[in-house]
Amino acid sequence: MTAIPLRPPRRLVDLTLDGEPVRAPEGSTLLDACRAAGKDVPTLCQGDTLTPKNACRVCVVEVEGSRTLAPACSRRVEPGMEVRTDTERARHSRKVVLELLASSTDLSTTPGAAEWIEEYGAEPDRFGAEAARVAEEPKVDNDLYVRDYSKCVLCYKCVDACGEQWQNTFAIAVAGRGFDARISTEHDAPLTDSACVYCGNCVEVCPTGALSFKTEFDMRAAGTWDESAQTETTTVCAYCGVGCNLTLHVQDNEIVKVTSPHDNPVTHGNLCIKGRFGYQHVQNHAQNQD
Amino acid sequence: MDLRFGDSKPTDEERAAVDALLGPPASAWEGADDRTDTDLRWARGGREARERRDLLLPGLHALNDRVGWISEGGLAYLCRRLTVPPAEGYGVATFYAMFAVKPRPATVVHVCTDLACAARGSARVCTKIERDLGPAGSAGSGAVWQPSPCLGLCERAPAALVIRAGEAPRTAVVAPATAEAVADAATAPHEAAAEPQAAAAAPQARTPAAQPAQAGTSAALPAPTPAPRPSRASGQASGQASGQASGQASGQTANAVARTGSSAPGSALAAPEAGRDGLVLLRRVGVVDPGSLDDYRAHGGYAALRRAFALGPAGVIREVTEAGLVGRGGAAFPTGRKWAATAQQPDHPHYLVCNADESEPGTFKDRVLMEGDPYALVEAMTIAGYATGAHRGYLYLRGEYPRALRRLRTAIDRARARGLLGEDVMGQGFAFDIEIRRGAGAYICGEETAIFNSIEGRRGEPRSKPPFPVEKGLFGKPTAVNNVETLVNVLPILIEGAQGYARTGTSASTGTKLFCVSGTVARPGVYELPFGATLRELLELAGPPKTLRAVLLGGAAGAFVRPDELDVPLTFEGTRAAGATLGSGVVLVLDDSVELPRVLLRIAEFFRDESCGQCVPCRVGTVRQEEALHRIKDLTGDAAAGDIALLREVGRAMRDASICGLGQTAWNAVESAIDRLGAFK
Ligand code: SF4
Ligand code: SF4
Ligand code: SF4
Ligand code: FES
Repeated sequence: MTAIPLRPPRRLVDLTLDGEPVRAPEGSTLLDACRAAGKDVPTLCQGDTLTPKNACRVCVVEVEGSRTLAPACSRRVEPGMEVRTDTERARHSRKVVLELLASSTDLSTTPGAAEWIEEYGAEPDRFGAEAARVAEEPKVDNDLYVRDYSKCVLCYKCVDACGEQWQNTFAIAVAGRGFDARISTEHDAPLTDSACVYCGNCVEVCPTGALSFKTEFDMRAAGTWDESAQTETTTVCAYCGVGCNLTLHVQDNEIVKVTSPHDNPVTHGNLCIKGRFGYQHVQNHAQNQD
Repeated sequence: MDLRFGDSKPTDEERAAVDALLGPPASAWEGADDRTDTDLRWARGGREARERRDLLLPGLHALNDRVGWISEGGLAYLCRRLTVPPAEGYGVATFYAMFAVKPRPATVVHVCTDLACAARGSARVCTKIERDLGPAGSAGSGAVWQPSPCLGLCERAPAALVIRAGEAPRTAVVAPATAEAVADAATAPHEAAAEPQAAAAAPQARTPAAQPAQAGTSAALPAPTPAPRPSRASGQASGQASGQASGQASGQTANAVARTGSSAPGSALAAPEAGRDGLVLLRRVGVVDPGSLDDYRAHGGYAALRRAFALGPAGVIREVTEAGLVGRGGAAFPTGRKWAATAQQPDHPHYLVCNADESEPGTFKDRVLMEGDPYALVEAMTIAGYATGAHRGYLYLRGEYPRALRRLRTAIDRARARGLLGEDVMGQGFAFDIEIRRGAGAYICGEETAIFNSIEGRRGEPRSKPPFPVEKGLFGKPTAVNNVETLVNVLPILIEGAQGYARTGTSASTGTKLFCVSGTVARPGVYELPFGATLRELLELAGPPKTLRAVLLGGAAGAFVRPDELDVPLTFEGTRAAGATLGSGVVLVLDDSVELPRVLLRIAEFFRDESCGQCVPCRVGTVRQEEALHRIKDLTGDAAAGDIALLREVGRAMRDASICGLGQTAWNAVESAIDRLGAFK
């Protein structure tokens, strides 16, 4: 049985969103309040299972009386706050942030990116063909997942998932500074020489596809990856007694990747190497054995 | 946590360097060579070691000081000792410009190519050094050189700093630098006496201040006597044996000079007006022997702390509030309010952090204060700790200030020996002590929350606010962060009283202000003026160039001022009204020989280099800003218009959407050059 923790009721805070009075539970973020009010604010580094680092700055909104814009994902509601989500000023920053990101990293596998770029009228090309990019070759150093940091927006999610927020393995961290900052193991060693235990929890939270299953990476390279042809089936992991939920992504009757529901109170989206990558026995079809 | 440290082993030297800081490892778990039977049954160290995470940065310094770079084995050993995941240790080591994680020669020459030095010929010096030592970053003849952001030696521009790793690491300042002097110092830093010492320089300083170029040169040529060799490096020491250099300073000579009313003695070359009547913050600089506690007391030292004990903590905060003191680091926040907010936090312990990470290009006033009057900072920190209820103060000193480090170490040790720090300060039952932490080359660590991460042994990335430092600062505890100049102002406030102090200056900006004048002036240096003096008056003192092109006020994050705007009063409100800022007190003077687009490009390069990389507007925006300025460096008018529009858009987003002040101000100076100076017109 799933335990639903009972919390003391939270006080409600009154504020205004785009001129409309709204109430939000104390301690919730402006993003929570926006989403509850049905307003769409783009986010990249925010994740439902992690404390956001508010590093990407696409979610900025205008808070009355504040010198700069505020990140909706992290700023908490306060009584009497007057928040505007769609002003010219906020839209300008979002547009430029999208342009800066798209001109420096490969957002082709980032869900939502193309739509936002269109919605905000961003023109990443205007920095010219010479504009510096995060030029990194994909790191294929193990059989389970691939790190392609040319797609990385440095949202810190994988680091937090690997470190103190979930996995406590601390195999990866941010190294370097400024535009040269990269997610890295110690001395940029291959994953196989690092502390990584291949739980894939970093892959689960990566919002850009910079981290992906080797199966997905290979299929994309071969041009056979087709999300529309995939089914998702959520089941229970058969390995141990914890009872983690697995969502099997299946294309052409083959499991192509495994995720876990983020709202599952057992896993919060996290798995171990067996649940995440140990699915081959399921498709040990007769034709594969000879 | 189940950490994996890999198989690489430290060398004996690396192990010794780390052990000198942390003590020998207690068990095999922490990296001791022999595994004992107890070790097999009992895993020790975890939690205690983790609580020492803040020793990571000193540990990295220890390795870098000893061998000149940080190897895999050395890093792994340090991480094992502190239970830090190696990936995180690597992330921290690669954050700082003074560390290398690839092999390099023991001698590293940092040649400043920043604004003030560029205005005084650093490019020529670099070209020559390149011929002698090879291209930047390539290891030739046992030394490697690299261009550096401002070294805080702008009054003696162009400047270079030589650091040689070893059991007794050595540093030498070469300023004004010539390629020959740099090459000499690089090949034999042990022969060039590290820096002009106060005693040696004092007699030469009788040169009238009106001939600053000569005075500067004589200070730069070190006395031929080699500095005394230390018996042993003390801990993570950089530089020579602590105390010796400053201890030798002859207080008598200095006093004699001051009494006879002749011009500034040696260590005060950076403060052309040292010894003049009416100075407040600089009144002891160049007058007292910075190594002598007795001399400090003879010049009024520790009267303010005595007064503080008489007033009680609330009384001190009241005086500071009524005096109208606001922060001198750039943000101009009322100090009394900050202290009161910290003092009243129920959470304990409280901490005090002195931000001595002065790295704004063109700023060197805190260095002059710390080198010339170190006890004043020690006393002021003690008062601040007393007022805010902190028993521990961290003095975060920028890594490029070896002499200030030595002098402050001496001052803290002597104050402790005399009961002015420690368990029972002045017998008043108040416990307070100061720990120095060295930065390692990261401008961003001067940001008030990045400084906490840096001290805690993390990457020096700013935190988002709220929560503010007064609630959750260092180690998550209530913390007051003040910069050096702000703290030192507390002494005259307590001695003269709030009213007396506030009589100087304007009603909104009370007291005096230190200005760092550099660039093309006759007498560069630190000047102290009452708030309200105009820029013109300041320039008159420093000897302005014949054909003034512009003044950069407030540093790289500040704004340019035109020659027809020199009557702007140098107050917080006055500069704000003029659309400029006092910032950290930078007054960089440019004559018409300067190529403005190059200056802007250098500013852009600085921000691109120093961005921590955390948030997108700054991480990528500073790169795009530099690219655009590069494209238009030789263009004007319509040819530049498109890129200027682009700069404006990116600049606006950086200002609005960046996490911290670095990104928020990275476009200020460029914008003001375009709008006020008509750059690219
Ligand atoms: S797979 Fe797991 S252990 Fe490995 S880097 Fe990702 S989160 Fe860390
Ligand atoms: S790899 Fe993915 S999760 Fe990690 S920082 Fe980059 S974009 Fe974020
Ligand atoms: S504004 Fe720049 S320096 Fe500040 S947090 Fe963002 S990236 Fe880092
Ligand atoms: S020391 Fe070179 S600009 Fe400051």
